[in-house]
Amino acid sequence: MLKKIEAIIREDKVNDVMDGLSAIGIVGLSLFEVRGHGRQGGVQLVGRAGTYQVNLLPKIQINIVLNERNLEAAIEAILQSAYTGEPGDGIIFVTPVEDVIRIRTRERGTEAMNYPGDIDERKKK
Amino acid sequence: MNAQISTGDTAWILVCCSLVLLMTPALAFFYGGMVRRKNVLSTLTMSYIFMSVIGVQWVLYGYSLAFGPDIGGLIGGLDFLGFAGVGAQPNAVYAKNIPHQLFAAFQMMFAVITPALITGAFVERVKFKSFLLFSLLWATLVYDPLCHWVWGQSGWLKEMGVLDFAGGTVVHIAAGFSALAFALVIGPRKGYGSFPIEPNNIPLTVLGTGLLWVGWFGFNAGSALGANGVAVNALVTTNTSAATAGLVWMLLSWLDGRPSTLGIATGMVVGLAAVTPACGYVTPWAAMVIGAVAAPLAYYAIRFRERRKLDESLDVWACHGMASTWGTLATGLFATVAVNADASNGLFFGNPSQFAVQLIAVIVTIVFAFGMTYVLAKALDMSIGLRVSPIEEEVGLDISSHGERSYS
Repeated sequence: MLKKIEAIIREDKVNDVMDGLSAIGIVGLSLFEVRGHGRQGGVQLVGRAGTYQVNLLPKIQINIVLNERNLEAAIEAILQSAYTGEPGDGIIFVTPVEDVIRIRTRERGTEAMNYPGDIDERKKK
Repeated sequence: MNAQISTGDTAWILVCCSLVLLMTPALAFFYGGMVRRKNVLSTLTMSYIFMSVIGVQWVLYGYSLAFGPDIGGLIGGLDFLGFAGVGAQPNAVYAKNIPHQLFAAFQMMFAVITPALITGAFVERVKFKSFLLFSLLWATLVYDPLCHWVWGQSGWLKEMGVLDFAGGTVVHIAAGFSALAFALVIGPRKGYGSFPIEPNNIPLTVLGTGLLWVGWFGFNAGSALGANGVAVNALVTTNTSAATAGLVWMLLSWLDGRPSTLGIATGMVVGLAAVTPACGYVTPWAAMVIGAVAAPLAYYAIRFRERRKLDESLDVWACHGMASTWGTLATGLFATVAVNADASNGLFFGNPSQFAVQLIAVIVTIVFAFGMTYVLAKALDMSIGLRVSPIEEEVGLDISSHGERSYS
């Protein structure tokens, strides 16, 4: 079973999260610059004369597709590395993935997900 | 005649002419940084285009209307059409120490930047064609006459004895209150007040501020029309007022949250606009007071405008109109013949009538500029329309008016 993680995190936590993920052997991911807000609703910025409210804040979204058996480890790595305890730490969505095809080799499914030295190979050792 | 020309004065005013020219690109970037990214080119163009439009208009007839031989104190005659007779010989009425053509070129740079100042009122929504037509009409029917009244030979406000060293009335009050009138006619940008409209690039605005400050030395010190003590005083008072207003604005911003970069830059420009009419008549101490009062005046004028939901988008009225209204009145308080022997004393130096003259000049400028602009804008709005369509506004004027984009 393949899963996709969409983790929306603070811009300034990107390097911590990338380090946390590579430390457990998550090697493939893509990263998006997104804007949005959660319950907290935005922040106040200082303008020309006084302050104003900004609703859409810049955030980073990290997408990872991985085997279900590696899901909890990856989630835990993100939770630890993206956490500050202040509002705005972000959110993680997990969804099922129908299939994965690696373009170079035409491998499909879990086969397409294996990289040398990744989280699965480390578990085997 | 030639014997009277001073090479030192001529060299200095040639430099000042170039410095004032630089202010229009500086203003373009000052404004360009504050709009959204889809309107940067449009905003830049609406300043830059005046180097072309007025660059031609001034030579053809603008200079003649403003500085030609007086007709009834109201307007200049047509003797200088196409710069006829405006050559290397000095014009004894305006400056007997530099070539007449240099005086005309120096004045051209003021005529170039003044309508560019107004564009801050209507960025991100004006139809380019209507803007061009308005600007040409404004330069001809507002700037040229007003310039004649205050600075032209036998202009009626000049005859009354108004002190406006470098353009508090002619440039800043005129532009500021015209901006207010135009904003009232064209209406707010789509979505104004319901979501934040944020500056796309504050660094551009900060760079523009620095270049404006440098250019302003040419604007103010150059208005002495010579390399002399009055020019030096104007340079020092200009610097002092800008510095003070920048500091005070920083404190105001800090009290409301944080010391904003955009706020500090705005404060500096406000200090420059405020001291413009006064710089060649007052002491550096007075300039400090002028800058210190101008900052809160403009700061709270912006807040007032925002509360009234009036989208005078880049605050030309607050930063230029209100600041220079204060500066022109303050000239009537702080002017002293100790600084400029050719001028008069102000109220604090025993001459209350000077303050009255300044007040009249301010009121006349406000009523004339606001009224004329309101009528011109309204007439254009009802005929060819002032605004782009809602969809063009949403797409942004870079694409919809110019077919280009700033960044790709």
